[in-house]
Order: sequence, then C-alpha cells, then structure tokens
Amino acid sequence: MDELHHLWATLASSPLLPLTLTLVAYQIATSVWERTNRHPLANPVLLAIAILVLVLDVTGTDYQTYFSGAQFIHFLLGPATVALAIPLYRAYDHIRQSAAAIAVATISGCVVAISSSVGIGWLLGGSWRTLLSLAPKSATTPIAMGVSSILGGNASLTAIFVILTGIMGAMLSTRLFNLIGVSDPRARGLATGLAAHGIGTAHKLQIDELTGAFAGLAMGLNGLATAVLAPLLLHWLIR
Amino acid sequence: MNLIPALIALFACQLAGTALQILFALPVPGAVIGMLLLFVALLVRRNIPAGLQLTSLTLLRYLPLLFVPAGVGVMQQFGLLKREWLPITASLIGSIIITIAFTGLVMQFCLRRSRPADNDEGRRRG
Repeated sequence: MDELHHLWATLASSPLLPLTLTLVAYQIATSVWERTNRHPLANPVLLAIAILVLVLDVTGTDYQTYFSGAQFIHFLLGPATVALAIPLYRAYDHIRQSAAAIAVATISGCVVAISSSVGIGWLLGGSWRTLLSLAPKSATTPIAMGVSSILGGNASLTAIFVILTGIMGAMLSTRLFNLIGVSDPRARGLATGLAAHGIGTAHKLQIDELTGAFAGLAMGLNGLATAVLAPLLLHWLIR
Repeated sequence: MNLIPALIALFACQLAGTALQILFALPVPGAVIGMLLLFVALLVRRNIPAGLQLTSLTLLRYLPLLFVPAGVGVMQQFGLLKREWLPITASLIGSIIITIAFTGLVMQFCLRRSRPADNDEGRRRG
C-alpha cells in the first residue's frame, strides 16, 4: 500500500497523470449527461469537477500538484476565448438588423447582472472576495474567470458560480418568460444568453434556431460588456 | 486542413491583446481584447478562412473541458463556501431571475418600438 502511494505521488507530479485523470473524468461526465438527454442538472463540467475533487481527496493529492499538470488544458482557455470571435462574426447580420435594441438590452442587462449579484451578496454580508467573484458570473466562463482575477476575486469560485448560474438560467428561463409575458424569440434568446451564457444558449438551441442564435450572440456581447463594465462599476470594491 | 495558420491567428490575437492590456494597463483580460481584434479583422476581411473556422469551432466544442482544471480549485474554497453559503446562494438565485426578466422585457420593448413593421413578429401582432 505504501509503495502504491509512492507510485501515485511520483506519477501525479508529472503532467501525464493529471491530464489523463481530467480527460477520463470529463469523458465519464459527458456520457452521464448524454444519458440524461443533456439535462441541465447533469452538467458535465460540474460532474467532472466533483469526480476530480473526490479522487484528489481520496488519494491525498493537493491542488497545486494536480494543476501543475492540468494547466496544459487550462492554457487553451485563452485561444478558445479569442475563437469566440467566430460565432460572434457569424451572428453579425442579426446584430446589424436590430443593433439599437441589442445595444440597449445588452448594456443595461449587463449592468443589472453585475449590480444585482453584488448587491444581494453585499446586503447579506458577503466578503469582498466573494462579491468580486460573483460579479462576472453571467459572462461566459473563460471571460468571467479572467475578469474575476483582474478584479481580485477567485477564478475557481467564479467558474463554479458561472456554471450554477447557467444551470439555473436554463431551467428557469422558459417559465419566467411565460410568467412575465416575454414572447418574442429574439428577446427570449438575448435574455437567456446574456444571463446564463453557454449553458442557457445550448438549452435555447435545442428549442428554436432564432432563439438560439440570439442567445449565442448575447453570450459573446455580454462577455465583452462584462469585461469592460465590471471594473468600472466595481471600482469602489477593488483594493 | 490548415491547422497551423489558424493557431497562429488565435495565438497572435491573444498575444497582441495581452500586449495592449499591459501597455495601456487595461482592466480587460488580454484574451477578450484578442477576441475583439479577431472580430474586427473578420469584419475587414468579410469572410472566415476555412481553416480558422474549423479550428475555432473544434476548440469551442470542447470549451467546457477547458474550465475543469480551474474549477477543481474550488476544493480550496470549501471553507469560504461553508461560511458564506447564504449570501452566495441568494445572490445566484436572485440575480439570475432579475437579470433574465429585466433583459427580456427591455429587449422586447426595444424591438417593438424600433420599426415593428420590418419583422415577422411585428407583422403578426399588427
């Protein structure tokens, strides 16, 4: 048993074991998600993270050791963020057709997303680190994590908050729209993509193409808006 | 397929974005500035090179996997989550409802006001 533990510790300090573990956990999580017909609650990222936390905990591996290997996957977040320009460009015709409405809704929606999350957290006594990690949670994960680090929040916390936000958005949005009388598919798509980024967008794409297109568009634009507006709005919180 | 030119384009945009961020001390992540640079370049070009499109969409297909290593870092934050579960839970639930409802209503209002006759939705409602 001691030898086995020694072997694990040696392997875990090279990138190969953390990389393999990450891919295996993600593969398991994805197949579970497919089996539930892609239900938002069976979110593969959340499940993969849970599996890995459990494995690291059971084997007594610390996060730094894991991340020194897994950082090669993490590195690709940057280029992937740049690649978001491609779906944004493909939605350019939609942007041009209703530019004014999209601009007003995106900018005001972004301000509401940031201030409502920080405001509610602040009222209930959240620490400044928590508030700064909550602030960008409606933006798409790679952008939200980058914004969180720049603000002085914690990128790992933000990643979890972003995913939970997306899951709730995907599950609540249709009922909420019916309740308050938002029937236009473009408005439904834009609001879901802005508030619940990729997870909400994926959900809307399953429902209707026009709704999905506006959701994807709003996800890209709100990522940009959050990156610009969050530091401006939260100047007073940043130390 | 031309993978290398596509990777050069993505990496170069991120590199240029990061350089701009540092030079002008911008509070925006370098990769987001890189996204904007690539978007503007595509607007100027008026099309997406086939290799760049394929590489980007492949990368974006696996985007969720790329969050996992950082997400596992939550294991270091369990203490904070336990201490501040109430403000966090209330903020997440409250904010998503407020944001979706507000944005949906504003977007629908703006769409109805701006040239309602130009689109199918407006025509259906008269």
